[in-house]
Amino acid sequence: MIKLDKNKFGFLNNNLVLLSMIIALISFPFLSYAGGASMHSPIEQFVVKKIFEIQDPFFGYDISFTNASLFMVLASIVPLLILTMGVRYAEMIPGKLQSISEMLFEFVENLLIENTGNAGRPYFSFIFTLFLLILFGNLLGMLPYSYTFTSQIIITFFMAIIIFISVTVIGIFRHGFGFLSLFLPSGTPLVLQPLLFVIELISYCIRPISLSVRLFANMLAGHTLLKVFGGLAVMLIGSGSVFLMPIAILPIGAIIGMTALEVLVAVLQAYVFTVLTCIYLNDALNLHH
Amino acid sequence: METEAAKLIAAGLAVAPLLGAAVGLGVLFSGIVNSMARNPSMSGELRAIAFLYFALVEATGLFGLVVAFLILFAF
Repeated sequence: MIKLDKNKFGFLNNNLVLLSMIIALISFPFLSYAGGASMHSPIEQFVVKKIFEIQDPFFGYDISFTNASLFMVLASIVPLLILTMGVRYAEMIPGKLQSISEMLFEFVENLLIENTGNAGRPYFSFIFTLFLLILFGNLLGMLPYSYTFTSQIIITFFMAIIIFISVTVIGIFRHGFGFLSLFLPSGTPLVLQPLLFVIELISYCIRPISLSVRLFANMLAGHTLLKVFGGLAVMLIGSGSVFLMPIAILPIGAIIGMTALEVLVAVLQAYVFTVLTCIYLNDALNLHH
Repeated sequence: METEAAKLIAAGLAVAPLLGAAVGLGVLFSGIVNSMARNPSMSGELRAIAFLYFALVEATGLFGLVVAFLILFAF
């Protein structure tokens, strides 16, 4: 049995991480505009670019490997690596990586059990995967030169519609026609029942849209805001005027603050997406209003 | 020319929902601060709830922002 050398992960040294974060934050506006004068639109960063082309041989669809696909692959591999490396040489007193992986696991487990009770336990692996994919998609998107695949409505909508359909199917399998009582809170007067049924049905069917647009809009708005302020800083520095150039410190400071906020939003949106999935799952599993 | 101007005005009007989100966040956080002052031992739980609802409230304003982006860049 090979014992894991603790110093192997010495690159996680606090000072080094802090230093690289500061460098990344300060260089963000310059790096992101290094592409040239053509990159002036703040939504240019959301363009999907092909890395290599693949044609679907059967139907002729374009299924090229794009930068969005690349970051989806990365967002699947990075948490996998962290978790595998973390628990590979598990010890009684966990190291850094083991603590991180155990914290992630326990966090999502508590979340699921709090919201759905023991009935939700079989769905843990799906919820955990979903959380990690969105979390690392959002966080990897915060790095300069990277791409946020959660800022594409089609990707978030597809995640949401899969959750919506599977939750509905789970509900129907478990309760049969009794599942329809989800749309009718108990104790409703007979006169109000048809109206309330329609309202509840609409609010149920709007769920995938609100779930996907929430994540997508947050990512889109945050990254656009960063780019707008980055453009402002570059314009002020590029003006060449002695009076305007020192003012550029203001948007750069704003970017540093907003980057911190965006990291918070990235984690928060992954959390919210997961919590809402758990709540929807709870509606289907435990039918009590 | 006039279409361009109308587009810009419409995009400006479409971000009006952000005002509602701002009011909502104010109400939310005032409630949270009040409850924390009344019962400090609940602070941890209240903070978790506050962050969840912060994200939910903020999203309603951002829907308006998305509409503004659609008007500006999609048409």
